[in-house]
Amino acid sequence: MIAELGLAALWLAAALAALQMAAGFLALRDAADGALAGLIRPAAIVQGVLVTLSFAMLVWLFAVTDLSVKLVASNSHSMKPLVFKLSGTWGNHEGSMLLWVMVMGLAGALIALVERRLPERTMNATLAAQGVVSLGFYAFLLLSSNPFERLPVPATEGMGLNPLLQDIGLAFHPPTLYLGYVGLSVAFSFAVGALLTRQVTPDFARAMRPWVLGAWVLLTIGITAGSYWAYYELGWGGWWFWDPVENASLMPWLAATALLHSASVLASRDALRTWTIMLGVVAFSMSMVGTFLVRSGILTSVHAFAVDPERGTFILALLGIFIGGALLLFALRANTISEGERFALASREGALVFNNVMLSAILAIVLLGTLYPLLTEAFDVRVSVGPPYFNPVGAIFTIPMLVVMAVGPLLRWRQDRIDRIGKEIALFAALVLAALILTSLLADIALLPLLGLALGVGLAVASLMPLRRRKLARTPLATWGMVTAHFGIAVALIGMASESAFTSERLAAVEEGGSTSVGPWTVVLQGVEPVAGPNWTAIQGRVSASYDGGEPVVLTPQSRNFWAPPQQTTESALVTRWNGQLYAVVGDRSPDGRWQLRLWWKPFVTLIWYGGLLIALGGVLALVGRVLSDLRHRRLAARIADRRADREALS
Amino acid sequence: MNWRLWIPLFAFAAFLGLAAYQLTQPKDEFVESRMVGESLPYFELPPAMAGVNGIGSTDFADGEPRLLNIWASWCLPCIAEAPHLENLKRQGADIVGVAIRDRPEDVARFLAQHGNPYSRIGRDDLSEVQLAIGSSGVPETFVIDGQGVIRYQHIGDVRASDVPVLLAELEKAR
Repeated sequence: MIAELGLAALWLAAALAALQMAAGFLALRDAADGALAGLIRPAAIVQGVLVTLSFAMLVWLFAVTDLSVKLVASNSHSMKPLVFKLSGTWGNHEGSMLLWVMVMGLAGALIALVERRLPERTMNATLAAQGVVSLGFYAFLLLSSNPFERLPVPATEGMGLNPLLQDIGLAFHPPTLYLGYVGLSVAFSFAVGALLTRQVTPDFARAMRPWVLGAWVLLTIGITAGSYWAYYELGWGGWWFWDPVENASLMPWLAATALLHSASVLASRDALRTWTIMLGVVAFSMSMVGTFLVRSGILTSVHAFAVDPERGTFILALLGIFIGGALLLFALRANTISEGERFALASREGALVFNNVMLSAILAIVLLGTLYPLLTEAFDVRVSVGPPYFNPVGAIFTIPMLVVMAVGPLLRWRQDRIDRIGKEIALFAALVLAALILTSLLADIALLPLLGLALGVGLAVASLMPLRRRKLARTPLATWGMVTAHFGIAVALIGMASESAFTSERLAAVEEGGSTSVGPWTVVLQGVEPVAGPNWTAIQGRVSASYDGGEPVVLTPQSRNFWAPPQQTTESALVTRWNGQLYAVVGDRSPDGRWQLRLWWKPFVTLIWYGGLLIALGGVLALVGRVLSDLRHRRLAARIADRRADREALS
Repeated sequence: MNWRLWIPLFAFAAFLGLAAYQLTQPKDEFVESRMVGESLPYFELPPAMAGVNGIGSTDFADGEPRLLNIWASWCLPCIAEAPHLENLKRQGADIVGVAIRDRPEDVARFLAQHGNPYSRIGRDDLSEVQLAIGSSGVPETFVIDGQGVIRYQHIGDVRASDVPVLLAELEKAR
């Protein structure tokens, strides 16, 4: 009954998306038709409610482990802890697609409820575009991946969830990324709506900006969390592998970062109109391309998702319709959008444009590197593209971008002189040079980490400079957001450079009671014992580690065996200090009775994720700042309108 | 008409074409050995359990083509292929086994349960021979000709439909 209710709600929501689309386009063609236009907003709102209901039904089915539903039987297990039963709802293809359309429906409902800045025609066009995108995903769900499908005979027990995914990180990492992708789909709908009515205005940028900001914050958190999850759960000691699936989440982030900055220029200076529209389309395209690459299985990745050529074909068709349609519209319409305000090269806009171009170049590099194996495989050549390509080639564009990022926010809008901020540039250059010379004298490290450290130090100071000579209490929240996010980039950069420059690794076979060392740590294997969890057993090493002869800390790395489904995972153990992390993994027992211990000392590695969180925090500050000032403007506008009405009534 | 505005659409169309083409291609996840056509490298393996003979690369140079089966008692597909190996043996194939990372008592239990199609079984504790002949997984079956040259590689478990293929390859190697 619950499953049927969910399915019915899903079909109804799809019908409303079709109504939203049809009414939107008809109202667009015939502006006088107010009756049709009046349907659009209610359709979006009710659709949001219905799809949420549908998702709630699926969560319920997973919570009670209803094994007559195919999706539950093949992805859950009655013996799983409740939190993983719930997170299992979206830990599979069908459920995650339902989560996707639910968030999309909620976003549509929210726009329909609150967005009043844009001209009604653009608003209708935007909601119509949103209807098209939603309808595509409803069709995908209902026709090829129905989450509510029943089994002819209920299963006696579920198949379980992949143990690597039975982790609290998974409960939040994919939904966060998904929310980000969907936020970009809203930006996409805005861009298409503005193209359809040719109204690319600062108001359009202001209406789109919170969605881009929100999406960008969630993508940042999603990528940061995903990187940390891979770091501690996979037991390889690395935090980024340039794997196709990682790239699939990085590319939308890069595009969203560029979009965020160009939308800012459009909102405050009415420049970069076509460029912003283009980025709006590209950002969502990257989310879709990423989803396609991940789900179709045409690229080999460490992330083995439910791979299915039929689903791949479906996503590719959706991709062709959405992105092909939008790009065609762009090619036809972009000419008729006037260029907008001009600005000098040495200006805030100039710096932002430069960084936009650099970000786009990095995006192109990542995209090319990700798709290159696909291209060569068409000619029967197997290649794998990894860090030797991505790191140096990406750095060519990242380094100039970081330099401009350090000084750009100090420039004035429209026109400025470089020599006006000569002192600040000199300070930045001096810091970078000093760090460069100092580090190369003290340690023997490779060029890229060296540059990363030096630029990170310079940028950390430079990113705070926009606050100089300002009254801090009166500084707008959005400016605080920018400063925090830029500072976060510097922090993450220092972490990455330090990790790759100073990590020490030790792989040792140690008998119980034996000791080894890594970096400044002395490590003693005190014992190895079996332990049992709710659905696994493990051997657990008791390792005591002391830093520089100090008080020892006990770590318990495990090698776990799950039985539903049978799989072995390594659970690394970490000791976090202010200046880095000790990372320990216990491996197999060798025939002579010694245990394999793998240890890393990673100085300042945590800065990578702290940096990521700071970047996200910056986004949140900017978002809150923008929304608050928007609310203030609305209240003011309402008061002015009231007063004018009073005056008219008096006269 | 500004031609530059069409660039994104054409780039996207190229991607779409490539992706569509790749979707129609069957996905080949197997890592094929580069040793096919080469002589077996030198090796000598002790018996995998009491009562059987171990193997060395020189055993293959007696003019008779053989099947070399990489397997292990801990490997589930190996159970599935056991009856088909039995069938191959009945039809005259000489099958030599290499047990990967195994224990003598487990090997004995496996053979007692699922039958023993092997004329000799070597014990490869370090996957040394497996790696040397370019096998990336368990089970795999190689056709070795009478001069000790690797002629053919079968990846994965041997199924009913593979039996005639392997017999034909053995005949070709004669």
